[in-house]
Amino acid sequence: MSHATAIPSAISAPPPTARRKGSTSFGDAVFAGACTAAGVFVLLLLGGIIIELFIGGWPAFRTFGAGFVTGTIWNPVDEVFGAGVSIYGTIVTALLALMLAVPLAFGVAFYLTELAPPWLRRPVGTAVELLAAVPSIIYGMWGFFLLAPIMAQTVQPWMIDTIGELPIIGALFQGPAFGTGIFTASLVLAIMVLPFIAATMRDVFQQVPQVYKESAYGLGATTWEVVRGVVLPYTRVSVAGGIMLGLGRALGETMAVTFVIGNANRISTSLFGSGNTIASIVALEFGESELGSLKLSALLALGFILFVISFLVLAASRFLLRPKIGS
Amino acid sequence: MSASTLSHTGPGHSARDPKTAAALGRRRKRVDMLVRALCTGATVIAIAFLISILGLLTYRGFAAIDLTLFTTSTRPPGSGGGLLNAIVGSLIQVSIATVVGTPIGMLVGTYLAEYARASTLGNIVRFVSDILLSAPSILIGLFVYQLLVVPFGGFSGWAGVVALSIIIIPVVVRTTEDMLRLIPDTLREAVAGLGAPKWKMIVLVCWRSAISGILTGILLGIARIAGETAPLLFTSLGNNAFTTDLSRPFPSLPLSIYAYAGSPYEDWIALAWAGALLTTALVLGLNILARAVLKVRI
Repeated sequence: MSHATAIPSAISAPPPTARRKGSTSFGDAVFAGACTAAGVFVLLLLGGIIIELFIGGWPAFRTFGAGFVTGTIWNPVDEVFGAGVSIYGTIVTALLALMLAVPLAFGVAFYLTELAPPWLRRPVGTAVELLAAVPSIIYGMWGFFLLAPIMAQTVQPWMIDTIGELPIIGALFQGPAFGTGIFTASLVLAIMVLPFIAATMRDVFQQVPQVYKESAYGLGATTWEVVRGVVLPYTRVSVAGGIMLGLGRALGETMAVTFVIGNANRISTSLFGSGNTIASIVALEFGESELGSLKLSALLALGFILFVISFLVLAASRFLLRPKIGS
Repeated sequence: MSASTLSHTGPGHSARDPKTAAALGRRRKRVDMLVRALCTGATVIAIAFLISILGLLTYRGFAAIDLTLFTTSTRPPGSGGGLLNAIVGSLIQVSIATVVGTPIGMLVGTYLAEYARASTLGNIVRFVSDILLSAPSILIGLFVYQLLVVPFGGFSGWAGVVALSIIIIPVVVRTTEDMLRLIPDTLREAVAGLGAPKWKMIVLVCWRSAISGILTGILLGIARIAGETAPLLFTSLGNNAFTTDLSRPFPSLPLSIYAYAGSPYEDWIALAWAGALLTTALVLGLNILARAVLKVRI
């Protein structure tokens, strides 16, 4: 309140001359106009993306109708195209990636907010954030040259011998161990989305009022009980938003998946089988598509479908993350 | 539902018996220790992945780095050659995209923070910009392909520049808005009270106060587009020859990495690793620099 007394002296300064009023409002109008135009430009970008992808994909949508989404045949020779397999691959890899990434991300966020000694928080937090900065193609090379051989020689044979023998879920973990495939792609995706989910969780965990946590500690709760009973209930909407953000990222990831998914247009019962995703099939087959061909249109139609799925997931993420941050 | 999870930790129930209470306490401590260990383990695993990636890059990349990498362009497999074309191509494309995309991003961020904090249009722009920030970059490539490559008759470096410019915009928007919002309104009122027009208040006071944060956003944006591969596949396509002509298919590091990593030739795969090491060093270096900039000034 003390600074309030200083204001009257500022007001007593001579008023600005009226002569400059004209140029002032002109400069303001120009600058405000430029800012608003830039904002509208962003809207036009999104609109342009939707329209261009839809126009490009229209011949494929017109030829195959609703069957384009459900069809599982992708045959460039006969010009029969269906998006079913790649939509399946996109959703399965993304969901599996989340199942692997969410527990890890929670662990990282829990460690960074509650367990890590203060001097360790910054370097560890930075290291996890750097994981998000590594380019997609680097993950692809790492996955293809290092992870896939390890998966083929050690991890997958072991999983086939153990989990693969179980009654119902065993079928998911059987078949030849190629190294590449749906499971390896999901693992790489999990590492890629982990930092995004962990960063969101850490940020919202830190927003929990200290008093709430101290009250729980005062009752004798352990650290885990405080997180489970106070922090998680307080932040669960935002945590869900962070998970959706990770899902949105995983759905559209291209280069890393292209390297390790095996690229086959079939739905395999085993997670170790090859597959593809919308992004990977577009990246791989685009170079072999002629201008104006039905195949190119089918790829653009796939892009449109991916856009719709990503948009819905990211919009849901933003909706979930908004209220807490606003308050 | 979740409120009841704490009930078993409080006094009462059967825990009044000292022996039961002690046993319960030990059990709770054990669960706590277990969760702590698992979470610490999860963090160790996450960092182990980073170390594994960086280790592999260093191991395979340094073996392939020598002077010819920076002085010669790509040659046919088996006859040596380097990445000069790709390095120069990346530098040109990323520089122009930054120069084009950054001002637009700053203006949008300024619009959101200074003009449209709560307006409907502002909320829509903020929402759309956040969607673009996380949208699959491959779709930006397809969009620019439809917009520029098809009508203007072929792949070109310019199309790649446009795609990268679009990708950097939402990164700059996010940090610019966040940083401008950190500036206290009292500062704006003080400037307005002196009779300064609003655009001068924004440019000379708000931008200047937020400069380190905005710079951080720009550096993060450059780091983001420097490693982008997917959008360039459909726009600048790549080029094994040295060129500075942006109206033709244009080389860049990520595209060369992608092309060579999938090739059957040992020396091209080595080039891919060298390119991967260079790109990652640049991207992570920019990220660390961005954090340092933010820390120094605030």
